Amino acid sequence: MSIKVVRTKAEVEGRIMEQTALVEGKDLAPWRADSGLAIVGKRHPRVDGIARVTGRAQYTQDLYLPGMLHVRVLRSPYPRALVRRVDASRALAYPGVRGVLHRFNAPKAAFRGEETIFRDEVRFAGDEVAAVAADTEEIAADAIRLIDVDYELLPFVPDLEEAMRDDATRLDEKGNVTESGKLDRGDVKRAFADATTIVEATYRTSTQMHNSLETHGAVARWDGDLLTVWESTQHVFGVRAGLQAALRIPYRDIRVLCDYMGGGFGSKGGAGKYTIVAAIFARQLGRPVRCFLTRDEENLAAGNRSATYQTVKIAARGKRIHAIEHLSWSNSGQGRWVADPTGPTNGLYDIPHLRTRSYKVVTSLGALSAFRAPGYVEGTFALDQAIDELADRMGEDPLALRRRHAARQTDPATGMRYSLKRLLACYDIGAKEIGWQHRTPDGTRGSAPHRRRGLGMASQLWGGSGWPPAYATVHLNPDGTAVLRCGTQDIGTGTRTVLAQLVAEELGIALGDVRVELGDTNSQYAPISAGSLTVSSMGPAVRLAARDARMQLLDAASGLLEVRPTELHVERGAIVSKGRRTPIGEVLGQVENYTVIGKGSRFPNPEGISLKTFGAHFAQVEVDVRTGEVFVEHVVAVHDIGRVINPLTAASQVEGGVIQGLGFVLSEERVIDRPTGRVINGNLESYKIPTIRDVPRITVRFIDDPDTKANNIGAKGLGEPPIIPLPAAIANAVANAIGVRVRTAPITRRRVLEALELRP
Amino acid sequence: MPKAPRFLGPGSVDVAFEVNGDGVSVHVPPHRTLLDTLRETLGLTGAKRVCDEGHCGACTVLLDGEPVYSCMTLAVACAGHAVETVEGLGKDGVLHPVQEAFIEHDAFQCGFCTPGQIMSCVGLLKRNASPTAEDVLAAVSGNLCRCGAYPNIVSAALSAAKKQGRR
Repeated sequence: MSIKVVRTKAEVEGRIMEQTALVEGKDLAPWRADSGLAIVGKRHPRVDGIARVTGRAQYTQDLYLPGMLHVRVLRSPYPRALVRRVDASRALAYPGVRGVLHRFNAPKAAFRGEETIFRDEVRFAGDEVAAVAADTEEIAADAIRLIDVDYELLPFVPDLEEAMRDDATRLDEKGNVTESGKLDRGDVKRAFADATTIVEATYRTSTQMHNSLETHGAVARWDGDLLTVWESTQHVFGVRAGLQAALRIPYRDIRVLCDYMGGGFGSKGGAGKYTIVAAIFARQLGRPVRCFLTRDEENLAAGNRSATYQTVKIAARGKRIHAIEHLSWSNSGQGRWVADPTGPTNGLYDIPHLRTRSYKVVTSLGALSAFRAPGYVEGTFALDQAIDELADRMGEDPLALRRRHAARQTDPATGMRYSLKRLLACYDIGAKEIGWQHRTPDGTRGSAPHRRRGLGMASQLWGGSGWPPAYATVHLNPDGTAVLRCGTQDIGTGTRTVLAQLVAEELGIALGDVRVELGDTNSQYAPISAGSLTVSSMGPAVRLAARDARMQLLDAASGLLEVRPTELHVERGAIVSKGRRTPIGEVLGQVENYTVIGKGSRFPNPEGISLKTFGAHFAQVEVDVRTGEVFVEHVVAVHDIGRVINPLTAASQVEGGVIQGLGFVLSEERVIDRPTGRVINGNLESYKIPTIRDVPRITVRFIDDPDTKANNIGAKGLGEPPIIPLPAAIANAVANAIGVRVRTAPITRRRVLEALELRP
Repeated sequence: MPKAPRFLGPGSVDVAFEVNGDGVSVHVPPHRTLLDTLRETLGLTGAKRVCDEGHCGACTVLLDGEPVYSCMTLAVACAGHAVETVEGLGKDGVLHPVQEAFIEHDAFQCGFCTPGQIMSCVGLLKRNASPTAEDVLAAVSGNLCRCGAYPNIVSAALSAAKKQGRR
């Protein structure tokens, strides 16, 4: 097959980037709605189900190699300090300790733009100061307490709004606040002057912490020059690149593996300091080394969703939204980037006059990292509440107001036409399922005299188109079974199952005859499992690989059966020729061992077309006006994501997004002790992720209309969409129920009661 | 004369108990948890270490048939008792009805909390063959899931109970 250079547009966190990639062969015509698919589009239990329910699935945490050493990290107790001196002699003398690394003895290792793992100036409580490798984790944990460190304390800023002030301590030479995104459309100044109704409000969202159940961690082993790293990661190739940069060794000598992984919601995007530390120790000490974060460390130093401070000024002229000004400040901690909460404002509704600004704010706290629809969850919380506030002021139904701005088939952010947009259909289905016709502007009586009931909704915009590069190979064995080999990861989304379905469908064999091997940098490149792009990036490449295998199989069968290839096809594991079925294994069994290897690449996205996913969430809540408690009774989640490959796993993913959104809007809030700048609820008891008792009735609906302009399988991404609109929908339902609005997430009992006391 | 009591420790001690029907004997320090003993000494890594402080339930195993957090249980406290882990469910390649139902109902996503969820459900079915949805909620309310597989966990547990009743 010949190799071609292609250019493609990729959308990362709402920003469009031009990319160049290589592809082989040519793309396939997309499956259409009437393609009569047998395996794709059907409910299939996960192909790795048995491994996961028997405890046999091996996660990185479960890897115990012979002779393996364990690492624990000493972290700064101070939010900002110079590390003047480190004395590790007591730790090194402790029985069972094999090595200590710190800024004065660690080899140089580039890490995310810095030259070293251990900073001379620690910048948040939890920053790495030293690491101990020992025979057991217990010994390592004891030994880090024996390291003596002289710190020179420096002034710090442990809070977003404090860091924004003009008189705040400057944490960065460029100042604490930098502009990270802007958009101007029309003329907001004039539009506000022309407006008939204007509403202004301030919204705040708290820091949400990922708390993947498997903490961040890696195991490293050297065999001569070859470094093998097992890591709980969303991107084995990202880890490989991080190791190459830090250790300056060629790709030839690095292999990164991730078979099963215990959750990743954006924070496991590449090598961590724990990876590099494990690799350095393993090389120095000649033994395998494991470095896993504890739960507390996970919540200090493994990323988080930025807290935000947002102001929205929204105006109507007559019956239409005329202008929005949305300003947003995000707490990036010590992170080097920031997500854009104004993304939904820029692209979701068709509004003529717009001014949006997004600012990154540096604080003395751990770096943010991507967290399931970064920016869009926070931004939609502000935008879709502001729309409800405007609708209330106008005396309009908030859904009716949105409809006027949701119909256009052109992307307001780019002016390009959408490949497919079924947002109005999402509204129709959601409104019917929740019983929107029963909504009244002032809510209704609840199930008891002290309970009020309300309905609310919000819209979802996200990318999820996927793009090149992504590659896969399908290995068809002589017995008619196949192995799909690709470098992607299954972070719990069902990637293994969905990709197996694509192989089985295209190759013409049973789902049970496909094994999926993933998470290995010895495969061709696969992208990060993030951004809702795994299925839409990998899927089309996998289908092509299966097609290539099928065409080669037909060639082989043609020679063996002495029939022209055009008179043959593959169906349910057999070669069919003029109505006669010969099992694949029987055909290939006629020759000595031969494995058919089919290759596939992801082709570029179409030019000049906007590829997006849409959706809407509707919520019914009750609020206890005596205690302030919010009871979510019913959530209807409707999503327009193109073709649904597996309705069973897709519905699970939506439920998961809804539940994580419930945590964001009702209970999850990182608490910082201001005098010490430390996270004080970095555990699963006082940081409240939803439990099974917090789960309402959830109704999941898909439009399930293949997007044939998007790619050859017609599917877009689903990972992030189901968390985006939920918080705003709940907030709107709460406001509908009690007549006052809580503009800060999470909507805790205290905040509800405070809002009620302000009630006129 | 009364027999002198036998003191153990202060160093590592021998502890004999039963794991998944087999007798085992381990030599562990008195502060070693059952979780670490299962995972590191016995190689049974089904039970997961997520919080290591009794907050999440990912390490749930059965001790004499009752669900316990193995991170909050000392190995020495298991002497003479029977421990059952997810690896011990099902026989001869046939899954336990709870395991089967978890697959059928898609009651997991990343699967990291799954062994604990399953053991809590198995424990429930041992003491209550026909639980209500409320019983299931009570049984697994100490098992956190960050992916949000909760709705399917409830339906899986109820369906397993029905299936078990029919067997």
